[in-house]
Amino acid sequence: MHSDCIVIEGSNMAECHPVAFRWVMQAKLAGATVIHVDPRFTRTSAMADIHAPLRAGTDIAFLGGLIHHVIEHEKYFKEYVVHYTNAATLVRDDFKDTEELEGVFSGLHGYDGDPLNGFVGQYDTASWQYVSGDTGTQRAGDGAMTGQVSQNPAKRGDMAGKGPEVGANPPPQGPPFDGMVRAMKKPPPPRDETLQDPRCVFQIVKRHFSRYTPEMVERVTGCPKDVFLKVAEAITRNSNPERTTAFCYAVGWTQHTYGPQLIGTCAMLQLLLGNIGRPGGGILALRGHATIQGSTDIPTLYHSIHGYMPALSTLKQHETLADYLKTETLPASYWSNTPKFFVSYLKSMYGAAATVENDFGYGWHPRIAGDHSHLPMTIAMMEGRVKGMFAMGQNPAVGAQNARLQRKALAKLEWLVVKDNFETETAAFWRTSPEVQNGELKTEEIQTEVFLFPSAQVGEMDGSFTNTQRLVQWHAKAADPPGDCRSDLWFTVHLGKRLKAHYAASTLPRDQGIKHLVWDFDADHPEPGSRIPDEPDARKVLREVNGYRSADGRHLTSAAELKDDGSTTCASWIYCGIYPEPGKNLAESRVPDAPEGPQTHLGWAFAWPSNRRTLYNRASARPDGKPWSERKKYVWWDGKRWTGHDVPDFPLTKAPDAPAKPDAIGLDAHAGTDPFILKVDGKGWLFAPTGLVDGPLPTHYEPVESPVQNPLYKQQTSPVLKMWRRDDNVIASQDPRYPHVLTTYRLTEHHLSGVMSRWLPWLAELQPELFVELSPELAGAHGIDNLDLVRIATPRGAITAKALVTRRMRPLQIDGKTVHQVGLPWHWGYQGLVTGEVVNNLSALVGDPNVSIHEGKAFVCNVEKA
Amino acid sequence: MGISRRDFFRVSTGTALGGLVGLGVNLAPATARAEALRIKDTKAHPSVCPYCAVGCGTVVHAANNQVVHVEGDVRSPVNQGNLCPKGAAIYQLHVNPNRLTKVLRRAPGATQWEEWDLERAMDRVAELTRKTRDETFVERDPKGKTLNHSLGIFSLGGATMDNEWNHVQQKLMRGLGVVAIENQARI
Amino acid sequence: MAEPMGFFTDTTVCIGCKACEVACKSWNQISSTNGGQNVLSGDSYDNTRKLDGEHWRHVKFIEQFSEDRVSESRWLMMSDVCKHCVQAGCLEVCPTGAIIRTEFDTVVIQQDACIGCRACLPACPFGVIDINPVTHTAQKCTLCYDRMQVGMTPACAQACPTASIQFGPLVQLRKKAEDRVAQLHSQGKEEAYIYGDEAILGGLNSFYLLVDNPEVYGLPVAPKLPSRNLWRSSFAAAFGAAVLGLWGLVSLRTRKRGAKAEGPSSGDGGGDGGKKGAAP
Repeated sequence: MHSDCIVIEGSNMAECHPVAFRWVMQAKLAGATVIHVDPRFTRTSAMADIHAPLRAGTDIAFLGGLIHHVIEHEKYFKEYVVHYTNAATLVRDDFKDTEELEGVFSGLHGYDGDPLNGFVGQYDTASWQYVSGDTGTQRAGDGAMTGQVSQNPAKRGDMAGKGPEVGANPPPQGPPFDGMVRAMKKPPPPRDETLQDPRCVFQIVKRHFSRYTPEMVERVTGCPKDVFLKVAEAITRNSNPERTTAFCYAVGWTQHTYGPQLIGTCAMLQLLLGNIGRPGGGILALRGHATIQGSTDIPTLYHSIHGYMPALSTLKQHETLADYLKTETLPASYWSNTPKFFVSYLKSMYGAAATVENDFGYGWHPRIAGDHSHLPMTIAMMEGRVKGMFAMGQNPAVGAQNARLQRKALAKLEWLVVKDNFETETAAFWRTSPEVQNGELKTEEIQTEVFLFPSAQVGEMDGSFTNTQRLVQWHAKAADPPGDCRSDLWFTVHLGKRLKAHYAASTLPRDQGIKHLVWDFDADHPEPGSRIPDEPDARKVLREVNGYRSADGRHLTSAAELKDDGSTTCASWIYCGIYPEPGKNLAESRVPDAPEGPQTHLGWAFAWPSNRRTLYNRASARPDGKPWSERKKYVWWDGKRWTGHDVPDFPLTKAPDAPAKPDAIGLDAHAGTDPFILKVDGKGWLFAPTGLVDGPLPTHYEPVESPVQNPLYKQQTSPVLKMWRRDDNVIASQDPRYPHVLTTYRLTEHHLSGVMSRWLPWLAELQPELFVELSPELAGAHGIDNLDLVRIATPRGAITAKALVTRRMRPLQIDGKTVHQVGLPWHWGYQGLVTGEVVNNLSALVGDPNVSIHEGKAFVCNVEKA
Repeated sequence: MGISRRDFFRVSTGTALGGLVGLGVNLAPATARAEALRIKDTKAHPSVCPYCAVGCGTVVHAANNQVVHVEGDVRSPVNQGNLCPKGAAIYQLHVNPNRLTKVLRRAPGATQWEEWDLERAMDRVAELTRKTRDETFVERDPKGKTLNHSLGIFSLGGATMDNEWNHVQQKLMRGLGVVAIENQARI
Repeated sequence: MAEPMGFFTDTTVCIGCKACEVACKSWNQISSTNGGQNVLSGDSYDNTRKLDGEHWRHVKFIEQFSEDRVSESRWLMMSDVCKHCVQAGCLEVCPTGAIIRTEFDTVVIQQDACIGCRACLPACPFGVIDINPVTHTAQKCTLCYDRMQVGMTPACAQACPTASIQFGPLVQLRKKAEDRVAQLHSQGKEEAYIYGDEAILGGLNSFYLLVDNPEVYGLPVAPKLPSRNLWRSSFAAAFGAAVLGLWGLVSLRTRKRGAKAEGPSSGDGGGDGGKKGAAP
């Protein structure tokens, strides 16, 4: 709402996040320019001042073009870039860019690990480092989902040379662990604040993007040059001390074999334009599920444990507690507190059984040994390696990539537990799936024992969701669920009680983890008037997440109270402070600002960490601590302390002119002008020496399946992406049988796989049937009329859908050739009030190498009249 | 919601301008009246929309342990009472004849569901979990490094559930040694 | 009499999300086309097609794209609703007086007095009213008369994420609309205008800001009241209505019984899913 220009790219915000879009419309009515960059003309485009069409999957080329424009025309925000980013930092001499190596970076070699991990290649990242000093090489990322960075076991030894040498000079151990962390500290890397040194990040970035000219942008993306330049002009005009530009993205950016790099391109652009940490700036990720943020923070994800600490892994130096802490602690930055966070986490797992003597139960905790994410687990399931599965509020029979393979894999399970509101496609796969219908699977031969537990709905249970802006909001139980419907919490707590009873008497070492697992979530008193007396107390769960003093149970009020000696128990350091005392659950607070207030609404729910609404907000002030402008005033130094409209994301009394203390650890190692407190150098990164396995800079690669030869480089696709080549997962690229680009997406009227919408008459009638969106040009070429049945085929399979022929779809000129794009919303399945074929039967198991996200936004297909 | 009972009963007689009234024809139903407000006598519970991640505030009106109505919370700084069509349909997530209310179990090879008692089903799931976990548990890898895990069980889901469920689920799984834990965040 | 209230629908900010359609159904507990088992219309993103007895709000989609997508590329959306006309044909022809003008100057069909005689259907120049298949009465937007009476905003206007649907006292809405037209004109969007001022049936209490001719949105350029032959003489009206009134009361009871026998109770929005069992 405070933005002067809003670019929506990789998102169809008006359709998929209509209520968030209200703020875009309010900004527009107040004079902001709204830009939509998207393959299709959607309901979002209809509201935009500029719609820039582009070929699905070419956003890095588009954003790279903007970076080129900004640097070439010197439109970057110089003071911000010099002081707040790593533009001036010098990178090692042996770093070689894609400019020198025809589209790849230095360090590329073959992958020799477990094939189940899917990598087609891997990088040794040694040459990507700063000339000297600490970049936290040993740590797998700074909080993003990058747990796989060190799944390259062969390379750990190579990298140890630059990072702190593990074991070379054994530091004192703990607790306390401060001495160990201090011994790991390295001096900061050299910088050239004139930005002229050819090895400084700024010059590397400038060279890297030199070929991303407006003409090249048009060749790669199909976006006409004049439209591209209009976008470039709008964002540069609206990015300066007086004005800010915001970017909004969603899965249109993430679902690519280079998804994290794509978001990185935008982060670079926003840093160059000085739009991070400032009101009306930033990059807003529009996420798709009620607590998809919460389930990342409190990770039901294999690669991390609470608060973005990496999962314990056999692929890293994690054998002992000290090993883990040495590997994962960044001595400079807020992550220097990792020992406090991690030991408090272990206390939340094993309680009183976690002692100094047994390394707080570290030895009981399981380790990962590779990529255990959805894509490889589907393969493992197909191969019979997975015996049992819980599918809780998720419907992979429709939502998973290569859904035919997924459903056949379900038939290999010994048991499957589904918990949902309706009989989902996953629950009914053995009965009504297309594979059963067409005889590929025979119901009588499927040996899977299937359970379907009916769920309570949001109004029938207490609990919290974390929204896409990290706002944790409580929902109160209003009524009992019907029949045997139970809250999800009830299910897992009672399953846990049963399992703990099984293992209570075990003396086997392997059972000590579950035996000692703290499992105290029973309500003190049953809810009056409820039919369900054994409903667990959700607030007790939140208390454990928030943390308490181990000795007396007093709630913790902030992560600053955490200790590394076991005296504090806290599952999630980032949620610490949400429940500072009994009876005061800040997720339940409901006090909005008055209309004349600052509109940060600090009294409405709780935003982690520390109820802060905008991260890195120190950057909203100049290096000297004054606001960049009166118009964009947000957080500032008042001479004695940091203050403003938000909770400052900075040590409150650290003056803007405070120098970095060379020997200090934690934030004392940063200067008063270093806003990015989670980074080792306190700077926003225009170049990522660590954290990404596929390059320190974003580079345009083609999707795995593309009808086009990469016009920018000899290297066609990401050299390290993940792919599982199988007869039931065939990939085709530049294949004349599949000449069109296919993109999948969602509609306002439905939700994901449709479980929460296709069973609801009010929603079902709004979009009752699957359709395929085609331009009249493409439809005409195949003799397809509106509403004709169309067969859409990819190497994985074919489906039929009714044609929606519309000029909102348009053919693009790519490198001198006409490319058609075909659009399919993927909400339908074989269960529900309204049904339709499963679009994910068409998609493939291919993934990004950093986070194993699939490529659902751009692949190839053919169409014909059915 | 700040609606007093007096407001409900502030019955307005209105002015019926139908062509008949002026002629003195008395048609009793044809007078304007305050319709009984659906949320009269309900209690309003603050809640959150369960669909996307915008986090729109909602109010769930319930009476006698039944959800009566759901609408946007006008106080919420996120949505100020607005909702999208999905959020506006939350009522039908709760009150819907197609909703399951019993545990269904399908035996290996069976062609039909059977209804199962909830406690019996929980016992069976616990038994299967324990069996698979114990059969597939690995303490060390071939190089002797600690694994303490089972790859025989896969836990999928979380982004549509509560934070509190996510905590207990990942905790139970990790307590057992199950590490293949995934949710929609990777979609 | 309370202050006249109405809707101002600014179609230039409508994102076609249909929250208004669903919020209306949720509050008023209205059933869905064939229990939700509708068919794809092929007409852009509009599958509910029109205002009728079970769609009191309806969003229209109009695609305007030239072959090059440059000289013309617009996707117009508009949430349509009963106009609550100052001169309301439906009200004039209703034989039982079920259709009333409320203290808010809105037009409401009282369900317990409607006999489903269909007289009002052709009397509406906008085709707003139709028979609800569950209740067999004539239905349309009530402007959430029940909510208004307790000071609440109508469900559709409250839900609308972009304030395309604005609710309030007509005097204020007319002023807002004027300002918005002036703003659009100042931005070079000369095509913006208000549909529904006094020139149309004495004024529409639900009026629109449009950017193309009314016909493009399916609205009549010059809507007319029902032709004379639909008008009854005072005498005929009084006599006929008295008779019809009695018949209405009887038929109402029958209808209620019938509705019960069918299964889902009338107006239970959740009930329409019950039809599913009978569907193939």
